[in-house]
Amino acid sequence: MNENATRIASTSDETPASTVDAGRRGFIGTAAGLSAAALVAPGVFLHSVAAAPRSEPVTDSVRWGLLIDTAKCADGCSACVDACDRENGLDLQEPHGSESKWEHQKAVWIRKIKLQDNQTGRITQLPLMCQHCEHPPCVDVCPTGASFKRADGIVMVDRHLCIGCRYCMMACPYKARSFIHQPTTGQLTAVPRGKGCVESCNLCVHRRDHGEESTACVDACAQEGHGAIVFGDLKDPDSAISQRLREIPSRQIREDLVLNTGVRYAGV
Amino acid sequence: MKRVVYREWRIPPERYWSLLGFLAALIGIAALSFGYMEHEGHWVSGMNNSVVWGMPHVFAVFLIIAASGALNIASIGTVFKKPIYKPLGRLSGLLAVAMLMGGLLVLVMDLGRPERLIVAMTNYNFSSIFAWNIFLYTGFMAIVIAYLWSMADRQGGPFNYPIGILALVWRLALTTGTGSIFGFLVARQAYDAAILGPMFVALSFAYGLAVFMLVLMFGFEEEGRPIGPRMMRRLRNLLALFIGIALYFTLIYHLTNLYMAKNDSLEHWLLLSGGIYTFLFWVGWILVGSLAPMWILYHPVLSQKREWIIGACALVIVGGFSAMYVIIIGSQAFPMALFPGHTILESGFADGVNGAAAPYWPTIPEILLGVGGVAVALLITAVGVRVLQFMPESLADDVVAPDEETLDAAPFAKPA
Repeated sequence: MNENATRIASTSDETPASTVDAGRRGFIGTAAGLSAAALVAPGVFLHSVAAAPRSEPVTDSVRWGLLIDTAKCADGCSACVDACDRENGLDLQEPHGSESKWEHQKAVWIRKIKLQDNQTGRITQLPLMCQHCEHPPCVDVCPTGASFKRADGIVMVDRHLCIGCRYCMMACPYKARSFIHQPTTGQLTAVPRGKGCVESCNLCVHRRDHGEESTACVDACAQEGHGAIVFGDLKDPDSAISQRLREIPSRQIREDLVLNTGVRYAGV
Repeated sequence: MKRVVYREWRIPPERYWSLLGFLAALIGIAALSFGYMEHEGHWVSGMNNSVVWGMPHVFAVFLIIAASGALNIASIGTVFKKPIYKPLGRLSGLLAVAMLMGGLLVLVMDLGRPERLIVAMTNYNFSSIFAWNIFLYTGFMAIVIAYLWSMADRQGGPFNYPIGILALVWRLALTTGTGSIFGFLVARQAYDAAILGPMFVALSFAYGLAVFMLVLMFGFEEEGRPIGPRMMRRLRNLLALFIGIALYFTLIYHLTNLYMAKNDSLEHWLLLSGGIYTFLFWVGWILVGSLAPMWILYHPVLSQKREWIIGACALVIVGGFSAMYVIIIGSQAFPMALFPGHTILESGFADGVNGAAAPYWPTIPEILLGVGGVAVALLITAVGVRVLQFMPESLADDVVAPDEETLDAAPFAKPA
């Protein structure tokens, strides 16, 4: 349609000004109007569709969290990491620079760690991600307030406010955050990413906002038959996570910092 | 004792313009480096998700703390009423503003999203020391410019002392704030220490004075203006004292860490097995940057020689960059204690597997960006002294005031 309009416009330029064709003028007007409608309508439509389930503000009546039972976390399994990469478009990252350098520059939201107790030699496996602290150091240090905590306990980065200073990465005791070192391509609509910003696990916040249960890592772990990760509302005493937390001993990583993390670990 | 006369820096135009051209070229190269890193993304730098602040921050933090240190000379003259330092006050203020500008520019040019600087100016989170620093830095510039006015304008005379006190308090806050950027971080062992705030103040004394002395001696030498032995003795003794204070804080910082069992591994790594960081600590920071210049400055013969004093100042600056490299990069390279009492055997995110330090090697664009910040500072200084009367015509013994001022003595010199 646009091509037609352009072509018609160029022919009308050649027509002598004295012979104005009212019909042609009307046609151009309609064409222009339709083009504009075609451009704007999808935005309006999308907006109205997306706004519906998210019309209510997030409240602090819930606090989302995870419980990770390290006894169930299997050696050599990376299902949670792969699922997170797929869910958030991290598998679309294109390596830049040498392989060894890229290992330290690519964005990682969740990773598997194998550790050994120095005294007893006991080996533990666990996935580590943003711990969604109640008192997050990353939020304290962010100069612009881009690093923030939602009312429902999710700690995340506002990608419009982030200036890429990386102070939050300096402050995070869990090394949970990644800086986007390279230009991004082919990102997912639900998870916009941008070069020069910081990002980290947001407990699949797009799923929360659409009222879905669970997170990508939890689903993947369950699918593998391990069920090592439980997701839920820490404030609801009847939720699966709260019940499990009452049953088994659990602790927070770097408990000494008293950050009251939303992610808890059993068997560490 | 004569009247102190201030004059513009009148070196031959061809020499002046070639100096400006050289500095402008360095700034141009830095601008290209900035464009390259911003266009490609930070993957072209040596920085990564473990060492998130690199060479640009080494330059920026050095310039910022040296800026506040350079202002000491003005404070000693105005606030502590040592008249011998008064003729140096204007250059001290100019250098302070210039270095702060250079340092801030480097910091801003290294942001992931520098085009969003306006966001940082319009959105503040006051629990962040970074947000406070934005006010501390801009306030410092405004106060020092007012300070310069009070030093140079007859009408400013009555305000000189109160502005001087404000500038002194502000600069202490600024440097403490800069140290606290690191000192309040509980996440990293090497940073979780409030002593970093006052330690940065101590370091700033030495670095600021070393830069000031080099600029002063270069400026005077180029134009054949004299600096008398009395002035040199004061400056050189002051520098030696400041190096001593900085060493004292360094010693206390490490002794405290060594005393705590939880920091044994950090100290063992940094002092003995940290590779480049151990080398830079012992050789750069302690030997070359502290002990060697102190030895020169207190040596009965060498301390009388101008070239050796210049050498001592240069060594202090080399030591300053080494110290910044160790404090900023070394502290990040040492793996975080995610699981105290455990060893990480495998990790998908380089979490210090088997205690390995995170890799970082500066790349050329990073270094060029930092050098550009130094060039900006020197360019501002060079233009300032050329167009305005910042430098006294002479600091010969018969011009400078007696070393001490008695309480009832009248001010010895009026601005020219």
